[in-house]
Amino acid sequence: MADPKAPGANPLGRWAVIGTPYLWLLVFFLAPFFIVLKISLSDTTIAQPPYEPLLDLSLGWQGVVDWWSGLDFENYWLLTEDELYWFSYVSSLRIAAISTVLMLLIGYPMAYAMAKAPKGIRPALVMAVILPFWTSLLIRVYAWIGILSPEGLLNAFLLKIGLISEPLYIMNTETAVFIGIVYSYLPFMVLPLYASLEKLDHTLLEAASDLGSPPWKSFWQITVPLSLPGVVAGCFLVFIPAVGEFVIPDLLGGSETLMIGKTLYNEFFSNRDWPVSSAIAVLLLLVLVVPIALYQNVQSREVEAKK
Amino acid sequence: MTKGLSTVNVAALTLGFAFLYLPIVILVLYSFNDSQLVTVWGGFSTRWYVSLLHNEQLLEAAWVTVRLGLLSATVATVLGTLAAVTLTRMGRFRGRTLFSGMVYAPLVMPEVITGLSMLLLFVAIGLDRGFLTVTIAHVTFSMCFVAVVVQSRLVSFDRSLEEAAMDLGCPPFRTFFVVTLPIILPAVVSGWMLAFTLSIDDLVISQFTTGPGATTLPMRIYSSVRLGVKPEINAVCSILIGLVTIGVIAASIATKRAENERLKAERAAAAGR
Repeated sequence: MADPKAPGANPLGRWAVIGTPYLWLLVFFLAPFFIVLKISLSDTTIAQPPYEPLLDLSLGWQGVVDWWSGLDFENYWLLTEDELYWFSYVSSLRIAAISTVLMLLIGYPMAYAMAKAPKGIRPALVMAVILPFWTSLLIRVYAWIGILSPEGLLNAFLLKIGLISEPLYIMNTETAVFIGIVYSYLPFMVLPLYASLEKLDHTLLEAASDLGSPPWKSFWQITVPLSLPGVVAGCFLVFIPAVGEFVIPDLLGGSETLMIGKTLYNEFFSNRDWPVSSAIAVLLLLVLVVPIALYQNVQSREVEAKK
Repeated sequence: MTKGLSTVNVAALTLGFAFLYLPIVILVLYSFNDSQLVTVWGGFSTRWYVSLLHNEQLLEAAWVTVRLGLLSATVATVLGTLAAVTLTRMGRFRGRTLFSGMVYAPLVMPEVITGLSMLLLFVAIGLDRGFLTVTIAHVTFSMCFVAVVVQSRLVSFDRSLEEAAMDLGCPPFRTFFVVTLPIILPAVVSGWMLAFTLSIDDLVISQFTTGPGATTLPMRIYSSVRLGVKPEINAVCSILIGLVTIGVIAASIATKRAENERLKAERAAAAGR
């Protein structure tokens, strides 16, 4: 500690401040992952709880040995053998990646225009981007069901103006999932982009234009590179949760769309197969661990830079 | 970028905001539709709102949701503020990297993983699923959002005020309550609101961690949504949207006003020196 007079110079108080949230997160956030790992190595049974072996400490050391020898990688073999799971992972990553690109394409012009807007109305624009995020994801996804379904408002409208002669089937397809993800996560893309575009040093652009650089060239060579931190933060912020998304593919994607979050959910709630859903969770976490670590790296560097 | 907005910029904003708001506006409009059919406009009516009042299942779920939100947001705000202080004011300590990892990871962790892992913990330690377990789950993910909000305020404010107080012999804990807390209060309040909203909106983590007698409103909405679009659900959603909108706008006006007052007071103090 560089500054001995900082709050918590009293060691007991210091440890109470650090220890309380630390312990909470250790017990309720970190420890559960080890339990998931353990159960992913167990076997399914029809019992309460529906997995075995259970660690029976009353048998002493023998109990531990029995428990340990009952663990195996069987569920993981199942995941590699059954194409369903493999497809789920691949299509989750694909859907999340395409949605991220779409959001970047929609979000960048928005954030750029917001940063260019007069100073007085910027807070209102930021507010307008944040507001939908405060509304429940479930409600926002539900709103799209009424619009996209075959007898929904979009089809009714298009049929009325004569643009189509029979209803479009968007509902229960991947297109609907793209719309849902882009719609739900767009604020998370726009805000980091706006934050990095807003603090852009305008004198650089002026200098470029004084030296005869056309606006599009200044945009590509100055604005875009300087907004990259925002692009990176925005992409991570939407890509990671989108990979594991459940509500959107479940409500808009129908049975055709496979996404791993949905597969895990169904495995757990419909099939009551706790070990397999744990194995799916472990693999999903392994897939996401690299982007999550990168995201944290970006985050903590941001905080360090602000200090 | 100070030259004002071009046509392209205005178009980007108009289309972007239309995309963000049109579905919500349509949903609210159709909650006043007299017709049972979603696409047919049968005239203005508030009958779906009236029928909500007789839907006891929904009312009970709403009550559970409100209690859960109040309790979990309050605990999450305390823990999240402590976490933010830890990250910004405690310097280096053993396990700091792990700690900051545990604070940021829940922000992006897929809900199915958080939900499943917490449920398995509760089963492992033999805690019966119900109101308590779902509260613990909500506290855990929302405290991290509080921590991030409060932390950004803590890193941006002038630490010389805290240092001055301590140089004058004010003990650290008192300094926190007398100097730091009043300054970061707007962030703490918005952290609480964020935690409350996350809690009342959450579906997936609640599905995993709740038990009998603690069915939340999003869970009820979800099970009826799966059966199709219903005007009554539009009405519930509209009420929620209305409450959230009023809450957020009121809070932002209040924060703005408090900020202005503070700046004015600071300026007055500086001028009086």
